[in-house]
Amino acid sequence: MGVKGGSQGFARAVADTASVGLSLFPLGISFGMLVAHTGLDWWWATVFTAVVYAGSLEFLLLGLVAAVTPLGQIAATALLVNLRHVFYALSFPLARVWPLGRVYATFALTDEAYALTAGGEARSWSGSRILWMQVLLQAYWVAGATFGALASSLIPFTLHGLDFALTALFVVLTIDAWRARRDLPSPLLAAASFAVAALLIPGQALPVAMALFTAGLLARYALRDRGAPPAAADVPAVPEHEPEPEEPVLRTPVAASSRGE
Amino acid sequence: MPSPLYLAAAVAVSAAITWGLRALPFAVLTPLRRSAVLGRLAVQMPVGIMLILALYTLQQSRPADWPAAAATALSLAVAIGLHLRTRNAVLSILGATVLHVVLSTCLAA
Repeated sequence: MGVKGGSQGFARAVADTASVGLSLFPLGISFGMLVAHTGLDWWWATVFTAVVYAGSLEFLLLGLVAAVTPLGQIAATALLVNLRHVFYALSFPLARVWPLGRVYATFALTDEAYALTAGGEARSWSGSRILWMQVLLQAYWVAGATFGALASSLIPFTLHGLDFALTALFVVLTIDAWRARRDLPSPLLAAASFAVAALLIPGQALPVAMALFTAGLLARYALRDRGAPPAAADVPAVPEHEPEPEEPVLRTPVAASSRGE
Repeated sequence: MPSPLYLAAAVAVSAAITWGLRALPFAVLTPLRRSAVLGRLAVQMPVGIMLILALYTLQQSRPADWPAAAATALSLAVAIGLHLRTRNAVLSILGATVLHVVLSTCLAA
């Protein structure tokens, strides 16, 4: 990826990230204010957001370090809170990014970066557009947090309710994802999964809900495709004459376009 | 007050685990990407994952009392209504967040 492609990728990434940046920046401000309220120096807001870079974990981490929680428990919390990210490898177009850039692309694979690339069209984006998108998202977040921590020591009152930006962001992303593919069972299954998880294990509702949702989608796939012609990929008992071509089982445009890499 | 060394260690541990969870699955899942079932999952998952994240942030907000809950419900309705009407993510997020900040700050005062 040359320098020319890089500047074009940057311009596109600015447009790609405009709406998400608008929620990450105020959310960063609220995180920075919390850092100041916790009693840490302002620059810890910059360190947290630049090095850990996982929004919901950072909010939790603040409370944990304020109570001087043992590192083992912090590690367990990080594992549970961010377990959902393992699913993002299914569709994130990492192959478009050049090898060295993949170190950062995986480091910065946040919910927001996943959301922006979840639509099938991201599979045709250049590597520099994807990387710039991630760099900008982190820049909004780090800048917001640093600004919030610094401002918090200057202004005498607290702004409440900034954290709603994250809810608003995911609501908007849900509606956009719904418009892209009006598949009603998927959101219904997700809502049911979350309800069950929140009732049974309220402290770990996020990873549990995502696991239930994934299991539900797999069950739906198994039920719907029962009786259909055997698919090469998931029926090992296919007779062993020549390897089955994969085309018949790739019914989705996303899966089909991913083969063009 | 936690020591800088402890804080640095907490940040390093969190960062290492987060990066591992984001990077390692590519080694396992990338060869499976061409399978039909994973192709289907990758297409069907985004809307559900986003909805779960939205519900999770609502669960985490834990309104202190019913006026706070009403402020959240109203802001939520504004976010949904604005986005269904305008399809403008910037307007929807900014509008709902400003409303929520104004309501919450007034309630807290």
